[in-house]
Amino acid sequence: MALNNFCLVCGGTGCESSKADDIFKNLRTAVEAHGLTGQVQVVKTGCFGFCEKGPIVKILPDESFYVEVKPEDAEKIVAEHLVKGRPVKELLYKTADQVTAKTEEDIQFYQKQIRIVLRNCGIINPEDVQEYIARDGYLGLEKVLFEMTPQQVIDEVKKSGLRGRGGAGYPTWLKWTNTSKTPADQRYVICNADEGDPGAYMDRSTLEGDPHSVLEAMTIAGYAQGATKGFIYIRAEYPLAIHRLEVAMKQSREMGLMGKNILGSGFDFDIEIRLGAGAFVCGEETALIQSIEGKRGMPVPKPPFPSVSGLWGKPTSINNVETYANIPVIITKGGDWFASIGTATSKGTKVFALTGAINNSGLVEVPMGTTLREIVYDIGGGIKGGKAFKAVQSGGPSGGVLPAASLDTPIDYESLTKIGSMMGSGGLIVLCESDCIVDVVKFYLDFSVEESCGKCAPCRIGGRKLLNILDKITKGKGTLEDLATMEQIGFAMQRASLCMLGGTTPNPILSTIKFFREEYLEHIEQKKCRAGKCKDLVTYTVIADKCIGCTVCARKCPVNCISGERKAPHVIDQSKCIKCGACFDACKFGAILVS
Amino acid sequence: MTLQELRAMREAGQKAMDRRVGGDKSIEIIVGMGTCGIAAGAKETLDAFVNELNSKDIRNVVIKQVGCMGFCHSEPTVEIRMDGMPDIIYGNVDPETARKIVHSHILEKKLVDKHVFDRPSKDIVKEK
Repeated sequence: MALNNFCLVCGGTGCESSKADDIFKNLRTAVEAHGLTGQVQVVKTGCFGFCEKGPIVKILPDESFYVEVKPEDAEKIVAEHLVKGRPVKELLYKTADQVTAKTEEDIQFYQKQIRIVLRNCGIINPEDVQEYIARDGYLGLEKVLFEMTPQQVIDEVKKSGLRGRGGAGYPTWLKWTNTSKTPADQRYVICNADEGDPGAYMDRSTLEGDPHSVLEAMTIAGYAQGATKGFIYIRAEYPLAIHRLEVAMKQSREMGLMGKNILGSGFDFDIEIRLGAGAFVCGEETALIQSIEGKRGMPVPKPPFPSVSGLWGKPTSINNVETYANIPVIITKGGDWFASIGTATSKGTKVFALTGAINNSGLVEVPMGTTLREIVYDIGGGIKGGKAFKAVQSGGPSGGVLPAASLDTPIDYESLTKIGSMMGSGGLIVLCESDCIVDVVKFYLDFSVEESCGKCAPCRIGGRKLLNILDKITKGKGTLEDLATMEQIGFAMQRASLCMLGGTTPNPILSTIKFFREEYLEHIEQKKCRAGKCKDLVTYTVIADKCIGCTVCARKCPVNCISGERKAPHVIDQSKCIKCGACFDACKFGAILVS
Repeated sequence: MTLQELRAMREAGQKAMDRRVGGDKSIEIIVGMGTCGIAAGAKETLDAFVNELNSKDIRNVVIKQVGCMGFCHSEPTVEIRMDGMPDIIYGNVDPETARKIVHSHILEKKLVDKHVFDRPSKDIVKEK
């Protein structure tokens, strides 16, 4: 029998942790049991992006898109869909108005997306180089090695307008030019896969779903800059991505796509993996270089820039995973094609990890210039539980908090910087009315302070000072002067810190003092937290008139501080209350007052 | 690996990959795979389509399996949808007929008269 159906199972970390591997195995077993071996191919792919509804199984050629699949559903999918041709209705995705979406095309999540970086994620088996090659893989490398000079490669990248996707947006061609122009006997290219922002997982998914695209791009970058050696610096916390990279590198070496004399062209290039121990600061390029050299990961002053004196003193260019993933497509389709997507200053697409109080959390890739509103409401499906939108945190601990007024800003490097945030690596965390701005900012600051390497005083001392003041405010002990002090410290850190970790640590504070000043004032003047997140400013009391004495709250209370007779109003012992809010959530009669 | 080998591998893989994702899929072949269809040999018919399209290197066709179309007496039934031809349901399509359909209906845009069974019901409803 000939191969006619394909079962694509998501093999990203998110879906794998929801037993996608069992689904994959069960599908294989079921296909065999129904005698369909040779007619149906079960493939484990990279991330589909729609993580909210994972695990995802897609059946081709029908394009049926099954969501939230469980291992035990495998038998039904095979018996009903593959044998009898009847889609399993209850597993298909239902839109917000309960309409069953038959294929990906019916799902709004995918409508505004353009997939360049994630072009192979959810389509190919990342552990099979032949599938990558069949999707025009290594076509770019072939073109570069046999038809282009290194300068022509850089010119093509320049034409594309590609800028660094790690956050700062430095033009990729310029970085490559600087590195290639520095005279040296050895140059290095590095892939920065030390993705550390809370809530961000774009790079992990790219490496898990399409590792060869990064390997191919690094080889192209090596050729363009006259480097014969590459390093991938990846966090040890990404075991699946590391595994897939190792598999991919082994295949490339065996096939002569990496190593000596690639494809008989005479060009040598090899890549090594270096594992990061999880320090956030090692994502900063000079600290990253120190770490690869085996030293303690701390930034060093620039200049000299790595393009002049980098790894072991040699010219080095460091690009982010997502930047690399764009390169093979730019070479095969041309810089002009790439430059036709996006805005005047920011070309191409950007991958965002959309999380927080949003209906469709997941990985989205949109053209530069898409507005936040389109991402939050059209792709993200709006705020969870029908709550009111409050803000979007963009760019992780280095970014800022954008209010509702920024929803219609087209996203690119310049516009985000202008409104006090930054592109960052691409984490977008959506906040709703039940999130407290001060509390969220405190979370990010806590992270930055924890991750400060301590080498320079502005970051080490300034960050700690800011955190202390924020802590004071959330406890109701803040003063109006504190706001001015925080701004002062923040500006000093921006100017005087050694690296961008310290330079951007105050961003969440500064942007929120600007956009959400009234919430700070509420905490300071009225000692009130409207979202009820700052525990010290909240008291839970029972409204005696409304309490019917059902005892539910008393049973839910984890510290047993609610007492009262059955069918009589209850009382909360304020001295024992830990303000967890369990009673508020449990009460069906609205008898718990938060104030 | 040499450049030629890489190109050959890409060429070989592309056909299968096209069926998985591929660009233009303007022609649809829909094979009834209810119990009746399978009993009458729909699996062999489906296979014949896949192999014939592969050997003729026709890539803009998607083959779908559906449940019983209701013509259990004329199984295997196959519906063809493509531009420039009316939607047609063929009945009693054995592998030989399948190859004929690819050859004349899809490539030459000529009906395989002997096996034309019906037009899809929704067309008939629309006309009335």
